[in-house]
Amino acid sequence: MSHHIVEAVGLSFSYPDGTRALDDVSLRIEHGESVAVVGANGAGKSTLLQHLDGCLAPTAGTVRVGDYPISKATLAAVRRSVGMVFQDPDDQLFMPTVFDDVAFGPLNLGLPPEEVEARVARALETVGAAHLRDRPPYRLSGGEKRAVAIATVLSMSPDVLVLDEPTASLDPRSRRQLIALLAGFAHTKIIATHDLDLALDLCGRTIVLQGGRVAADGSTAELLRDRERLEGWGLELPLRLQGCPACGGARITEGGGGRQ
Amino acid sequence: MTGLYTGALELGTLDAISRRDSPAHRLDPRAKLIATAAFLVTAVSWGRYEIFGLVPLAAFPLVLCAAGRVPFGFVARKLLIGAPFVLVLGAFNPIFDTAPRELAFGIEISGGWISYLSILLRFGLTVGAALALVAVTGMNPVCAAAERLGAPRIFVSQLALLYRYLFVLAAQVQRMQRAAALRAPGRKRPSLALFGSLVGHLLLRTLDRAQRIHLAMRCRGFDGQIPLLRAMRFGLVDAAFVAGWIAFFAAVRFFDLPELVGRLVVGAWG
Repeated sequence: MSHHIVEAVGLSFSYPDGTRALDDVSLRIEHGESVAVVGANGAGKSTLLQHLDGCLAPTAGTVRVGDYPISKATLAAVRRSVGMVFQDPDDQLFMPTVFDDVAFGPLNLGLPPEEVEARVARALETVGAAHLRDRPPYRLSGGEKRAVAIATVLSMSPDVLVLDEPTASLDPRSRRQLIALLAGFAHTKIIATHDLDLALDLCGRTIVLQGGRVAADGSTAELLRDRERLEGWGLELPLRLQGCPACGGARITEGGGGRQ
Repeated sequence: MTGLYTGALELGTLDAISRRDSPAHRLDPRAKLIATAAFLVTAVSWGRYEIFGLVPLAAFPLVLCAAGRVPFGFVARKLLIGAPFVLVLGAFNPIFDTAPRELAFGIEISGGWISYLSILLRFGLTVGAALALVAVTGMNPVCAAAERLGAPRIFVSQLALLYRYLFVLAAQVQRMQRAAALRAPGRKRPSLALFGSLVGHLLLRTLDRAQRIHLAMRCRGFDGQIPLLRAMRFGLVDAAFVAGWIAFFAAVRFFDLPELVGRLVVGAWG
């Protein structure tokens, strides 16, 4: 169980309407790595993520998680080790109360009630949402929903966390708290995001997708500093590496970024 | 379409009321569900021309609301939303059934009008009781209770999910409707063509969302059954609640209470 590698080989996928979303994608993510998947809208980020949890089956190629190639027979085991946080928390929180929602996964794993209770309490504690436990999910704010959605996955004790746009529609403080929370996790993390500053903060490695292909795969600090290549991929410099509008547009360049 | 939206808002009120605390709220959901089921069976067990026998049954929703501090006006407003259906459905009775019948005290009107009144009364009683049940219990505990009592899990999950996503759907309808209205200033309601397009979009979006929810469930090990972890305690008070109401319904059903009361009053005078 010490090798939670995630590996895709020659992965291609076309949607039923003929749209080719992924084209011969190969990547290997090692245990404990934190990887950002970036790219313009429609580059294939969400499609790639959905393959890592067996939500979509590849048209060609294979995906391996840990020791298992993803197939019908291994799906349950794969989903136990990969925790997927969806882009829209309303899709993820379908149970009557926050408690029920966080307990949903552990109960499906067949764990005894006391263990479920303990796991729910721990997961909610971790994301700072213990006080929301008896609330219905549709009454929560955007930030609270996001935190609870992450707790629903944590309660299953996954080895790999896959997050789709975790900071979308969060206010700056909630975003900051979420980044701090994610930074504290030892899991292997795969994060699809448009928030390149988040990638700088959390991910040592970045995979750039463009038109369904891997356009670049390397160190975040290097890739996201390269203005010309970024623009070629339909992206822009992370905000903190852009010029400061208040002090006359002076541009902070080489070496100005990095971790805070 | 704005009607659906306000409906959902009121649903929020129902939700809020159901989370209050009162003697009625503290009863085991199963006790309230069983009593309500007995109530419904009693209410529909009479012949089509019954009116006065039904009246004492109103005690059940009224007591439940009073004990749960549910505002009567709120329940009455909710009843009005459903009323048009029943008003129209029953309206044919007076047309087809014109044979005269005695209402009371020798007053004769056509049987159709009597059965129409009976339908309206039963509508008020049954829907009122169901609303009172949800108001003092909450939709989700009602679902959980139904499951504990042996209702098929698939129906229970359907009901729970339906209730969960009613809010999301209502918000979506409202956003679409607002977007359409803002680009058609001066138009009171959407044209039929636009309405069709909006409803079609809503259906497609709903299907998409359903698919995403299903995926989210599968990712967390869903295998067709929704597991719930919830402790319920069926105590003496709950048993007494159920037994008391069933005894009352039986008394109302098998003895003519209004007449008994009437005779008592007359007897006291005589």
